[in-house]
Amino acid sequence: MAYINVEEGIPGIRSLVLFRPETGKPLYDLAQVLLRGSSPLSEAERELIAAYVSHRNDCMFCMSSHAAAARCLYGEEKNLVDEVLQDMQLSNISDKMKALLNIARKVQVLGKEVTPEDIVAAKIGGADDREIHDTVLIAASFSMFNRYVDGLASFTPTDPAVYEEMGKRMVKGYTLPQQTNTVS
Amino acid sequence: MPHINLKNDLPGIRSAMAYSPKTAAPMGVLAEILLRSNKGLAPAERELIGMYVSYLNDCFYCHHSHGEIACIYLDGDRELVEQVRKDYNKAPIPDKLKSLLAIAAKVQQGGKFVTAEDVERARENGATDMDIHDAVLIAAAFCMFNRYVDGLATTAPTDMSSYPLRAKQVAENGYGSHIYTARQPA
Repeated sequence: MAYINVEEGIPGIRSLVLFRPETGKPLYDLAQVLLRGSSPLSEAERELIAAYVSHRNDCMFCMSSHAAAARCLYGEEKNLVDEVLQDMQLSNISDKMKALLNIARKVQVLGKEVTPEDIVAAKIGGADDREIHDTVLIAASFSMFNRYVDGLASFTPTDPAVYEEMGKRMVKGYTLPQQTNTVS
Repeated sequence: MPHINLKNDLPGIRSAMAYSPKTAAPMGVLAEILLRSNKGLAPAERELIGMYVSYLNDCFYCHHSHGEIACIYLDGDRELVEQVRKDYNKAPIPDKLKSLLAIAAKVQQGGKFVTAEDVERARENGATDMDIHDAVLIAAAFCMFNRYVDGLATTAPTDMSSYPLRAKQVAENGYGSHIYTARQPA
C-alpha cells in the first residue's frame, strides 16, 4: 500500500498525480515533450532509454511500462528492448545507441560520472549535441520519476498483461489523468 | 566547459534550460509549484530540502544556489542553512522538518530506501500526506535537476558573491521561465 492516501488500485505515477494534479501536470507535460516531442531520437529510442534507466534504478513500474511502450514502438524489432535490458553491450542495438545508453547509465549513477570520453564516444557513434542533451535529460528525469514512484511506494501491478495494455496507451502520448468519482 | 555547445553564457541549469526551452517550460512550472507553494511546507523548508539533496548529490551549482535562496527566506540566517547541511539532526529546526529531511536523504539514494517507519515518524512529528508527498517529490526532482546540471557539465560560477545576487532574483521573481530568460545579475 502506498505511503500516502491515494486512490486504491490505481497504479504507479497515475495514483500520485491524481493526489496532487498541480505537480502532476508539469510532470506529464515533461514526459510528453521529452518522449513524444520533436527530437532527433526516435520515440522508440527515447522510451528505451527511459526503460533502461528505470531498470537500473530497480523501478519495476516504470521499467515494465516504458519497456512495453518501447516494444510497441520498435514493432518487429521489439527484441532489441529485452536484449538491452538484459545486457546492453551484447545487444544488437546500434553503436550510437550503445554510446548514448552508456551516458544514460552514467547519469543514472550521478551527473558527474559522465566524462568527456563518454561524449566523444557518442559523437564518434554519430550522435549530435541535441541527442546527447535529450539522452541526459531523459536519464535525469527518470531518476526523478523512479524515485517519486518508489519513494511513496505506489501500487505496482505484477501482471505483464497490465503493462502491455499500458504500453499501447502510452504510445499515444502522456496526458494528465482526470479525477473520476468512480474507481476505474 | 559544458559537454555540448549550449549556445549561451548562462550558468548551471539556466544554460541547459535556455538551450532547450521546450523541455524547460514544464521543469520551470514544476520548480515554481514545488519550491514556492505555501500549501503545507513553507518555501524556506522546501528550499532547504532542495539544498540538502543537491549537497548529497555533490552538485555544487544547485547546492549553493538553493542554499542562498533558503537563506533569503530565513531572513539571512546563513548559519542555519549551514547547520542543516552539516547535520540537520542537530540544527534548530522543527522535528517535522528533520523527519522530512531524513525521507529526502533516503529518496536521494533511491526510492525504495524510504521505509514505512520513516513515513510513520514524519507523521508522528506532524507531517501531513501533502508534506510527505512534497518532500519526496522535491527530493526526486533535485535528483533530476542535479543530474541535468552535472551530466552536461554546465558551468558553475566560482565567484561565490554571484549566488546571493541570483538568489535575490529568484526570491523576487520565482522560477518558471524566469530561470532561463532572466539576465544573470552582474
